[in-house]
Amino acid sequence: MNSNALNRRQFLQVSSSSAAALSLGFVWPDAAVAAQNTVVNAWIDIHSDESIVIRYARTEMGQGSRTSAPMLVAEELEADWQKVQVLDVPAHENLSRKRVYGDMASVGSRTIRMSQDYLRKAGAAARIMLIEAAAQRWGVPVADCKASLSQVIHSASGKKLSYGQLAAEAAKLTPPKDIPLKDPKTWTLAGKPLPRVDMADIVTGKIRYGVDVQLPDMLHAAIAQSPVFGGKATAIDSSRVDNRRGIVKVLNLGEFVAVVADNWWRAKEALRDVAIDWDNGKNGAVNSAGIMQYYRKGLTETEVAIVRNDGNAPAALAGADKVIEADYYTPYLAHATMEPMVCTAMLNGDKLDIWASTQNPESTLATGASTAEVPQENVRVFAMQMGGGLGRKSPQDFTRQAVSIAMQIPGKSVKLMWSREEDMQHGLYRPASLVRMRAAVDTAGKPQALHVRVSAPSIFSQLLRMQLQNGIDNQAVACFPDHPYAIPSTLVDFAMRSTHVPVGFWRTVGHSQNPFVRECFMDELAHAAGQDPLAFRLSLLPDNEKANRDRSILNAVAKAAGWGKPLPAGVHRGIASVDGYGSWTACVCEVSVSARGEVKIHRVVIGIDPGYAVNPDNIQAQLQGSVVHGLSAIFWGEMTIKDGRIEQSNFHDYRMMRMNEMPKVETVIAPTGGFWGGVGEPTQAPLAPALGNALFAATGKRIRSLPLKNHGLTLVKA
Amino acid sequence: MKLLVNGHEHTLDVEPEMPLLWALRDELDIKGPKYGCGIAQCGSCTVLLNGEPVRSCSYPVSSADGQQVISIEGLADKGKLHAVQQAWIDHQVPQCGYCQGGQMLAAVALLKKKPRPTDQDIDAAMTNICRCGTYARMRTAIHAAARKAGGQS
Repeated sequence: MNSNALNRRQFLQVSSSSAAALSLGFVWPDAAVAAQNTVVNAWIDIHSDESIVIRYARTEMGQGSRTSAPMLVAEELEADWQKVQVLDVPAHENLSRKRVYGDMASVGSRTIRMSQDYLRKAGAAARIMLIEAAAQRWGVPVADCKASLSQVIHSASGKKLSYGQLAAEAAKLTPPKDIPLKDPKTWTLAGKPLPRVDMADIVTGKIRYGVDVQLPDMLHAAIAQSPVFGGKATAIDSSRVDNRRGIVKVLNLGEFVAVVADNWWRAKEALRDVAIDWDNGKNGAVNSAGIMQYYRKGLTETEVAIVRNDGNAPAALAGADKVIEADYYTPYLAHATMEPMVCTAMLNGDKLDIWASTQNPESTLATGASTAEVPQENVRVFAMQMGGGLGRKSPQDFTRQAVSIAMQIPGKSVKLMWSREEDMQHGLYRPASLVRMRAAVDTAGKPQALHVRVSAPSIFSQLLRMQLQNGIDNQAVACFPDHPYAIPSTLVDFAMRSTHVPVGFWRTVGHSQNPFVRECFMDELAHAAGQDPLAFRLSLLPDNEKANRDRSILNAVAKAAGWGKPLPAGVHRGIASVDGYGSWTACVCEVSVSARGEVKIHRVVIGIDPGYAVNPDNIQAQLQGSVVHGLSAIFWGEMTIKDGRIEQSNFHDYRMMRMNEMPKVETVIAPTGGFWGGVGEPTQAPLAPALGNALFAATGKRIRSLPLKNHGLTLVKA
Repeated sequence: MKLLVNGHEHTLDVEPEMPLLWALRDELDIKGPKYGCGIAQCGSCTVLLNGEPVRSCSYPVSSADGQQVISIEGLADKGKLHAVQQAWIDHQVPQCGYCQGGQMLAAVALLKKKPRPTDQDIDAAMTNICRCGTYARMRTAIHAAARKAGGQS
């Protein structure tokens, strides 16, 4: 092996006091290789010592899939979970094995719902082969044998053989073609609240994040990107820092300026003293007010993309007894993952190694190869534990930058980490969005027509440069065209607004903002009709599969919250429900508001129907966490633009919720089966409208824009 | 300069104004303390300095000269987890885990001062940011660790 080309196992050996210190339950690639293992299939190794390795091909940023995905394999395998180790698959292994592990991206709450079928089949196929191997050895019919807790048992005689004893023979058998899967009702492992496999490494500080990569003679890079998006560095003067301690190189790469040093702090400090001439390009005068004006024009734009047009909403609205109209605004948001963007790269000739905090390791590999102009087969990518991802670590701008820097210093590993300020000011922001809601209601208050006009950027067009089909961005209009309510006419149209502000996928994406609009507006309609908001919704839900799931989770959450029961004086509640990412969610918030605008959240009841609940404890954690993530954005989250650049720079002006503001959260996990939904993102969707509706109930004032700080509202402990 | 980190003595030749965080991370390869903001806002960089929690991103290494530093790697005692670490596992507190080293050290310092903290004590002491939103479980875990250690402190 090339001495410069360290794999992660070596990296761990050089960087941690003992590679063997890694706890049971979760092992890095290469560290688990034992002499007497038998590869049963791509996902499963069974060792002669009875330990079982189950591979995990996505990434981990706290969403818990490194545990729940292998649980599905183990369930079908009938493995003894105590003997299971989970091993991350590197992207280059997936590439060299012709993508046997499928999609590796951890985005869109997809891991369980998009891989459950092949993961369960991998486990079931291995189990079938192990049973067949035992039946052959005993000379008995397969039908007389069953598997349980890593053993095959011959029911009549009670004879047993362990998986470790059978693995070598099983691996020689032809894998089955027909692989029946268990009815989830018979699950014995999946569906149980299990501890996460990586928890011990986290609480002891052993787990290594992208920022923790340490290689021999590694260098550190800090960068400054053009403060105005799209600008370029035309000239730099580094004379003040060139001879400073630890400084290795100062690079002007146009899009950004990098200082490379032997310590990240030295690099960052030196960067402040490099004089940079920025050419701001044409956007140096853009500000939030101008962008808002452009959005406003979108509300009356005539050339729009028609997303859904059932019945005749314009005519119904024109001839209606009563039209209810409201504009809702949601702001730009930064991801602000606790761990900023980070990537380590090393180029040796035409071989490239990358260690990154990435939500999409295959995209990291492709980006590395195209940046360094080397064949993809020459690239290795080690996806590290991420200190949060929230959607920001799927696009690969940081990988391209790290590789660009490494190309300037061949043979050396360089770790690029963004400062928090760079992270806040060079995000791929949750798009701001302005939506006009118009409903025609009859004399009974029942909506007869709905027109939704979305004026917002398109992430798919702007970030992914995709040609939109019929001009429609499904995220920009999320939850509008597929609303479950029985309204005779629905028109949803989209006025795309492209600005120079970069946009991206922020946890829950369109469902982080549009449910606030849709479900608060439904509350407006309920109020105008003089009806209870829950009863109003239920009366508008037809009898179909989709609406029935809405009804089911609404009723489950309403029941848990005691909807309709009297509340203490001054306390009021609001409700909302929405489906997204294949799951159904609902939320009830109870609040009181003082005359000075102090909001006390007495209780949040939040629930999800994900079809199947693979690891309920993890789902509960996601529900609880979603409330915190959501409330930070709802109360304070807003990125504003002045002189073409983002005004906020760190946690002092982009505020996050803390322990002392945490409300009481009760969770409802109500899986109804028959479908597979996501968890990490939809859990956030119903919170903002439930809170907005509770605030209306408490104050009589309808909140139609976020964040709440702009309405003079503050969050105080209940 | 000398630092006593997790019981091991290290000699350092660095700029006196270098933040303790970067002396630990990039000079001594002690990666438990994390960078999150650089301005003492988030607390991911929290270490115990002579038993007191400090935000090492904004603490000059020269001010820690000759003193005792505990990072998350040094919290367990010869492989035996601290009660706080055990409670963190029992209650499955971390999600991404990035801030959790700092959170646990803040909790350890709290329990040392107040062996049976009230919710108000926890609110006042636990000021580190967690973006995953693990606050509810942290609170439960701190109370559990306090109960377990009950009377001993």
